[in-house]
Amino acid sequence: MSAVSASGRPVLKVRDLEVRFSVKREGLFAKPSQLYAVDGVSFEIAPGRTLGLVGESGSGKSTTALAAARLIPARRGHVEIDGVDVLSLEGEALRQQRRNVQFIFQDPYSSLNPRLRARDVVREPLDRLGIDSPAERASRVAELFRDVGLRPEQERLFPHQFSGGQRQRLGVARAIASRPKLVICDEPVSALDVAVQAQILNLLRRLQREHGLTYLFISHDLGVVQHMCNEVAVMYTGRIVEQASRVRLFTRPLHPYTRALLSSVPSADPTLDSRAGRILITGDPPSPIDPPQGCRFASRCPIAIERCRSETPPLVAHEPDHRVACHRAGEPIGADATRTH
Amino acid sequence: MSEPHSGPLLSLRDLTVEFATRDGTVPVLDRLSIDLDAGATLGLVGESGCGKSMTALAIMGLVPSPPGRFAGGSILFADEDLTRASDAHLRDIRGNSISMIFQEPMTSLNPVYTIGEQIAEVLRRHQDLGRRAAWERAVELLDSVSIPLPGRRAHDYPHQLSGGMRQRVMIAIALACRPRILIADEPTTALDVTVQAQIFDLLQALREETGTAIILITHDMGVVAEMTERVVVMYAGRMVEEGPVRDILSEPHHPYTRGLIASVPHLHAEVSDEPEDLLEIPGIVPSLAEFGQERCLFAPRCPRVSDRCRSEQPLLRGSGGWHKAACWHPEAGPA
Amino acid sequence: MATDSAAVLDGDRLEVAKARHPLAEAAGMFFRNHTAVAGLVTLAIIVVGSLVGPYVYTVDPYEMVWAPFSEPGADGFVFGTDYLGRDLFAGVVNGGRVTLAVGLSAALLSVFIGVSIGALSGYYRGWVEEALMRITEFFQVLPTLLFSMVLVALFGASLAMVTFAIGIVSWTAVARVTRSEFLRLREMEYVTSSRSSGARDLGLMLIVILPNALPPIVVQAALMVGSAILFEAGLSFLGLSDPNVVSWGQIIGSNRPYILDAGWTVALPGFFIFVTVLAISLVGDGLNDALNPKLRER
Repeated sequence: MSAVSASGRPVLKVRDLEVRFSVKREGLFAKPSQLYAVDGVSFEIAPGRTLGLVGESGSGKSTTALAAARLIPARRGHVEIDGVDVLSLEGEALRQQRRNVQFIFQDPYSSLNPRLRARDVVREPLDRLGIDSPAERASRVAELFRDVGLRPEQERLFPHQFSGGQRQRLGVARAIASRPKLVICDEPVSALDVAVQAQILNLLRRLQREHGLTYLFISHDLGVVQHMCNEVAVMYTGRIVEQASRVRLFTRPLHPYTRALLSSVPSADPTLDSRAGRILITGDPPSPIDPPQGCRFASRCPIAIERCRSETPPLVAHEPDHRVACHRAGEPIGADATRTH
Repeated sequence: MSEPHSGPLLSLRDLTVEFATRDGTVPVLDRLSIDLDAGATLGLVGESGCGKSMTALAIMGLVPSPPGRFAGGSILFADEDLTRASDAHLRDIRGNSISMIFQEPMTSLNPVYTIGEQIAEVLRRHQDLGRRAAWERAVELLDSVSIPLPGRRAHDYPHQLSGGMRQRVMIAIALACRPRILIADEPTTALDVTVQAQIFDLLQALREETGTAIILITHDMGVVAEMTERVVVMYAGRMVEEGPVRDILSEPHHPYTRGLIASVPHLHAEVSDEPEDLLEIPGIVPSLAEFGQERCLFAPRCPRVSDRCRSEQPLLRGSGGWHKAACWHPEAGPA
Repeated sequence: MATDSAAVLDGDRLEVAKARHPLAEAAGMFFRNHTAVAGLVTLAIIVVGSLVGPYVYTVDPYEMVWAPFSEPGADGFVFGTDYLGRDLFAGVVNGGRVTLAVGLSAALLSVFIGVSIGALSGYYRGWVEEALMRITEFFQVLPTLLFSMVLVALFGASLAMVTFAIGIVSWTAVARVTRSEFLRLREMEYVTSSRSSGARDLGLMLIVILPNALPPIVVQAALMVGSAILFEAGLSFLGLSDPNVVSWGQIIGSNRPYILDAGWTVALPGFFIFVTVLAISLVGDGLNDALNPKLRER
């Protein structure tokens, strides 16, 4: 089955997406502050491909996905799914559009309604959106169970009777039930035992091959992202700081944050002393509430200069498929910032 | 404080801890033998429910009872059997000679006291320090775990600190009495990877400085490779493989260890265009009811299973040096 | 009970897992709880007795059949007579029906109001939540007994008015429980998942969230019946009950002046109220244990 639609237009196109939350400040008369959850994010995903969104907690990865799927309101920006401008949709048109974007969530214990039998969990999107006739839905559910490696007799069980891995299989079956154009995988294996993660990752890749699925893959685990994604965008406090193809991002990262992130991952390669040449960054990310001017990484960046603190670096293409938001992209990181043991 | 004694600092000998369940008692730790030398680092690896955290609780004398109880074997710490020690004596050891840090630093700190008070409290309980001396030592300890402006931070409450800072405070509390052993149970699982790297650097530096032995409990082979010299792989309450980290990572003997390494997508320096599928360990971990059965408990999930595996329990066997595995059909060659 | 079984293959071992409905599991748990079952049996006896009793023991509770203040057991009256010489046993037999009906309807009313307001204020953010919370707080700080006394005094002590007065002042506890459950469940990923599958707001509230929020609400509702019965007794004791119907509380209220001389006229109906409320709260506790998944799982 060919994944690329005839027009070759992106399945998801996000332009200048902004999401802010009002947060109550301490004090009775203080006016609410703004939390800049997503602050001008742009990217697109081609059909049949996987884009990875990586970043640490609070970087805005999940918020970006939720806003793109119109599950939380965007303050500004433009989101197109298969050519349809979804931010302007309302009412029934918006509801019908929901079939095109489905989620696989992190926690297979809280992402399935405990009151529904497994078959109804998978069937719910079809029922709600009135996809196919009731008889066709039943056979579709059976087909989906086969597809994700569950057995027909398990259709009658309740979610708590499944193991973590099997529950995530159910979540996958439900997510692809409505034949969505885009599947958003939000940390799909982070809550699973290590030995089970491989089962789910392999399943996701097989389904992509067989059905030409397009994934937006959110993860904090760089190993998983490297394994799963064709292209990777790195987020830091609400902004994309670097975006490139997998090979480029993991072999020639340009942003000092990406470089620090990659060198922080403990390596299981026994021939490699991962601590040598590590870029150790200190401190924590700045608060997304009323964040500082300029580059948000500047406070932790080992090679920041004055300009970084005053002027926000734009996300610009250094190579055709490699965009970086850094005034000092690719500059060597000095020995004083590198600690070795 | 340190009387001369022979042999390892800590030695588990055929340690068995049983849990009472609806279907009878099951060994959640099944004849576990582990040695730890002074100043050494040891990794305990396995999936959830394999007994790695229970091992830590057993060493600390904190096995929840009921349903748990010591059913055999011993825990020798400086030649003294902790399984027979009195509660009062165990309390004295806990936090003093052996201390522990946990996965979630938020819930391990008391929200109504400042972090300075919490560290000082430990010092006063175990070290007979006066109020003032304890506070000063607490500020020093905050400084030693690289908390900026320790004098001012000591007045902060836990919720005013980030996750990484809270874990540093936990480490400061754990190291307050210069313990001989620090047990770290998934200490960075709740933290971001850049913060994890900071915590690991700190732990390594403190170990070099104080000579505290570290037992690190984790599910992440990368963390083990980075932090420890020796590793014990556990499955269903039993040790299935033990050896130096480098040997185990490059040539795992037990199919479970091999699966554990190969089923996780590790970050590679060489990036291919189309990665191959990961090795899967099929099925799920055995239920508690199967613990303790006289067979290889990994057999149902094992690619090399034979009839012998299903009927006879493999014992740990060495293949030269310190590398041992409990398998009838150990593998050779790189993972 | 749903007990379809299915063979589940994990690794190479065959396991039979029963597809029991969560409610069936909860029922099983409830019936293994001896005190809860004892409460349920007691309650059943009282309910059946109150429903059937008046047809079996046909003495008119209003009729003055004997001299006043005849002691229990004397003169052939099991519970004795009250200050007007009416058969107290007939009063207790007939009063149970009204007491239970008032308790149940007042509880239903307060559950209906409480769940509606709690659900809406837990589900929606912004001004809906703000407004509903202010209303809830208003009713919370209101002196409940005083407010219901005012209502009954103003609009007359009819049975319906008493019920309404009890229901309208006691829904805030239900609203709080419902709201906190909705706040918690609203963040569950399966709710987001249903929303991304095209569920509408009302559907999410009623079909997805409410069934999962029910356990604590059911427990609260059960306890509410007990407290409504006590409330009705309290109002009656103060003389604010429908004089045309006999209830346990009303018997207590009308015999109140003679409590020192003829204690049984107050104590006997009081004992029945006590046993009923105790039985209800035992059942409520049993429901709480059975429906609490934290206790049930593993």
